[in-house]
Amino acid sequence: MSWFTAAADDELTIFERSRPGRRAFVAPELDVPELPLDELLPAPLRRIAPPRLPEVAEPEIVRHFNRLSKRNFDLDTGFYPLGSCTMKHNPRLHERLAALPGHARLHPLQDPARAQGALELMWRLQQALGEIAGLPHVSLQPAAGSHGELAGVLLTRAYHEDRGERRTKVLTPDSAHGTNPATVTMAGYEVVKVGTDERGNVDLEDLRAKADADVACLMLTNPSTLGLFEPAIEEIARIVHGVGATLYYDGANLNAIMGICRPGDMGFDIVHFNLHKSFTQPHGGGGPGAGPIAVSERIEPFLPRPQVVRREAGEGNGARRPYYDLDHARPKSIGRLRGFQGNYGVFVRAYAYIRSLGAEGLREVSEVAVLNANYLLARLRREGVLEYLQPAYERLCMHEFVLSGTAMRRELGLKTLDLAKRLLDHGVHPPTVYFPLIVDEALLIEPTETETRETLDRFAATVAEVLREAREDPEIARAAPYTTPVRRLDEAGAARRPVVRQPL
Amino acid sequence: MSRYTSVTDAERGQMLDEIGVSSLEELFADVPEALRLARPLHLDSGRSEQEVFEELRALAERNVSTEDEISFLGAGMYDHYVPALVEAITQRSEFLTPYTPYQPEISQGTLQAMFEYQTAICELTGLPVSNASVYDGPSAVAAAGYVARLENGRRRFVVSRGVHPHSREALVTLAGGWGMEVVEAPLDGGVTAPPQLDAEVSAVIVQQPNFFGVVEDLEPLAQAAHEAGALLICACDPLPLALLRTPGESGADLVVGEGQSLGNPPCFGGPSFGFFAATEALIRRLPGRIAGQTRDLDGRRGYVLTLQTREQHIRRERATSNICTAQALNALAGLIYLCWLGRQGIVELATLMLQRTAYARRRLAAIDGVRLLHERPVVREFALALEAPVAGVIAACRERGINPGHPLGEDYPEHPDGLLVAITERRTRADIDRLAEALGAAVAAARRQPAGVAG
Repeated sequence: MSWFTAAADDELTIFERSRPGRRAFVAPELDVPELPLDELLPAPLRRIAPPRLPEVAEPEIVRHFNRLSKRNFDLDTGFYPLGSCTMKHNPRLHERLAALPGHARLHPLQDPARAQGALELMWRLQQALGEIAGLPHVSLQPAAGSHGELAGVLLTRAYHEDRGERRTKVLTPDSAHGTNPATVTMAGYEVVKVGTDERGNVDLEDLRAKADADVACLMLTNPSTLGLFEPAIEEIARIVHGVGATLYYDGANLNAIMGICRPGDMGFDIVHFNLHKSFTQPHGGGGPGAGPIAVSERIEPFLPRPQVVRREAGEGNGARRPYYDLDHARPKSIGRLRGFQGNYGVFVRAYAYIRSLGAEGLREVSEVAVLNANYLLARLRREGVLEYLQPAYERLCMHEFVLSGTAMRRELGLKTLDLAKRLLDHGVHPPTVYFPLIVDEALLIEPTETETRETLDRFAATVAEVLREAREDPEIARAAPYTTPVRRLDEAGAARRPVVRQPL
Repeated sequence: MSRYTSVTDAERGQMLDEIGVSSLEELFADVPEALRLARPLHLDSGRSEQEVFEELRALAERNVSTEDEISFLGAGMYDHYVPALVEAITQRSEFLTPYTPYQPEISQGTLQAMFEYQTAICELTGLPVSNASVYDGPSAVAAAGYVARLENGRRRFVVSRGVHPHSREALVTLAGGWGMEVVEAPLDGGVTAPPQLDAEVSAVIVQQPNFFGVVEDLEPLAQAAHEAGALLICACDPLPLALLRTPGESGADLVVGEGQSLGNPPCFGGPSFGFFAATEALIRRLPGRIAGQTRDLDGRRGYVLTLQTREQHIRRERATSNICTAQALNALAGLIYLCWLGRQGIVELATLMLQRTAYARRRLAAIDGVRLLHERPVVREFALALEAPVAGVIAACRERGINPGHPLGEDYPEHPDGLLVAITERRTRADIDRLAEALGAAVAAARRQPAGVAG
């Protein structure tokens, strides 16, 4: 691959490009009588010097950011099998729709009567997500998956407290995303880890031993972060419900099961969605996303405020047709988690996606996601890759799978990190590395449904090529990458003496 | 075959052969029979791109946006002009479609932009440390509360009544989980009265300018907080910071806020971004991503995500926050916008808002039946008290294509007919004159009618 490296030296920051007196902004005319500044804002309240923002004209701003952009690898350029992140294609239609003034320039405090299009869109999205989850009540408010998790655990707390119970512990599998235990702590509970059995499933004996009357909730990802569906999910639900706890579904891996099975039918009480994973909101370099939640009847009274509702004709206000409204009058609600109504622009994209694909298309998404993952695993096997990178569990996977680099490290002296860095030189984004934590030298691979068979074939061949090269000379991978805008960076040094802003 | 997948029927068979199974069904063998959905999802069937476009455009057209009326709505999100280059840059695939820069060698664009963003936020707030963004303004206030709790382990927050109601509510929602108490500090003449504090107080939380648009004098509040061993958390509107003494200079320990007005459209409430700045002492307690500068093997300058041992993917239950995906693209829009404004431009823009706001205040306060709720300095927003039912006045103004502002009564029952009016550079003198005319006529009409009929 060829990276854009017109200048071999460091890329200047926009602050270093600044020269006194340059500007991109021309202010609109001051069309009112000007009053003395001291009269409007007395000196003690004012800042002494203006903020030292860059002084640059428009051409330099555009060139600066375009140059920066070329120092990124992105999904529109190449394969991005980053496990657990569902890096699927982001349809361009969605960007056009979200930018329409009626969506983008709608003020969040507009009277609901004058935001009927937005509220109807949100209501319809709630209905669709509820159907996909198999749980009837949806709040769109949480801003991301981890925010949805926090909402879910706070809902659990509200549910138990409403029944006069004070529980103290939340169970999470040892394979869970880091956000699960972090959320539990933020919601004021103690984390209790549940083990994984030799097949990669939740260890039912361990679960039974730890599920007691102090347990508020089990947070579960299904398919798990190991890319495996829990065959005993019904038994898990029985155990958890048997001690009066709630069952929480981390929706990170929903892309594997849409239209095939539903968390609500499995016994989950609360589900969060990642609209930036399964529903194509572009990842943006780390957001924005959205983390709506769907819940069962017994959790519904506690959902965040306000809730988007459809009111039928004649219900309040004497309306002649159904209309959509924000319901603030929810006495048992856990309250707000953020400002306004949520990441509406993300809802526009997710809703457009659901409308484009329909029931049949969503099912096909999950089928092909699972087909592609298993096919890639089979191709890696045929290439001989699995001698060095062994499947953590020898079984069919769902939409992603985990390999362990233990043998590669032992036989070739190559760490998973080295393999990842060498893949950069081949123009692919590496899979997720060192997660899940319970697999040594883990490599979590999620191809998604939007990749072609040729891309999967090429990836398998590339990994095989890196291993072949390492058999001859492991040093090459150990010092990789070579063709990227920068080479391996000193992360330890960065953390020891943090430089988090430009000295001006 | 859906238009976003490429597997043909022929390929499907070949791929299943390669896997060594005979049907797609077999791939889902682990899903218990009883749980398999025996019917299609109850969703409408898929539509062509063109049909989806028409449908969502029709929905958009049923909203009254800030392009359809002269809007004086603010209260946390503002109708600013977004320059064309913001969209041109943020829509580039290279910024739009990657994920969090876990592989720094191929993410220098995003990482350097984060570093530049952090620098700009530090300049605005007067604090030395910034993270790369959180969800939004209100959740940033709650996140700052969590940092204070980690820092001093105390059990109470004292929150000014001048803090945005959504921020106060988000804090209460989350603080409940930490077993913390939230008490309110009242306003006196439109600004936060110096509160009585004891050794249980973790942080004092104020907003600058406050919800009513009034500029707070932060220094005495910071002093009071620090004397009690508490932190001062200040939520800020970023553009007025071009003119105001920085909260950092005034002694705030954590400065957060809603970043929407920096290059992001209001979009019915999101996505935008929250900014989060702190003193050096708190750097290892911050939530979320932080970009740091370093060197590569060849000695070239580069950037990485740093201090990751704070974060959930490393520290798990001992992380300083659970946040993972934040609002990187919106923060990038904020950075581009701040570069567009530049050092002089941001002052000119804020000054323009200051002067037009002063003009609007004079014009509206001169109307019979309308008075200013507060006389103290404001920058871009101010509150009125109407001597007429506010709902009816708003409705009458809308008839003339003007949205006069946000009614205060629901959040502030003490101001049942209060109206919060926001000014941006998009509201000209002519717009303000039209508002004055419409508001004057509406208030006069309401006062001529017997009480209860208006609206």
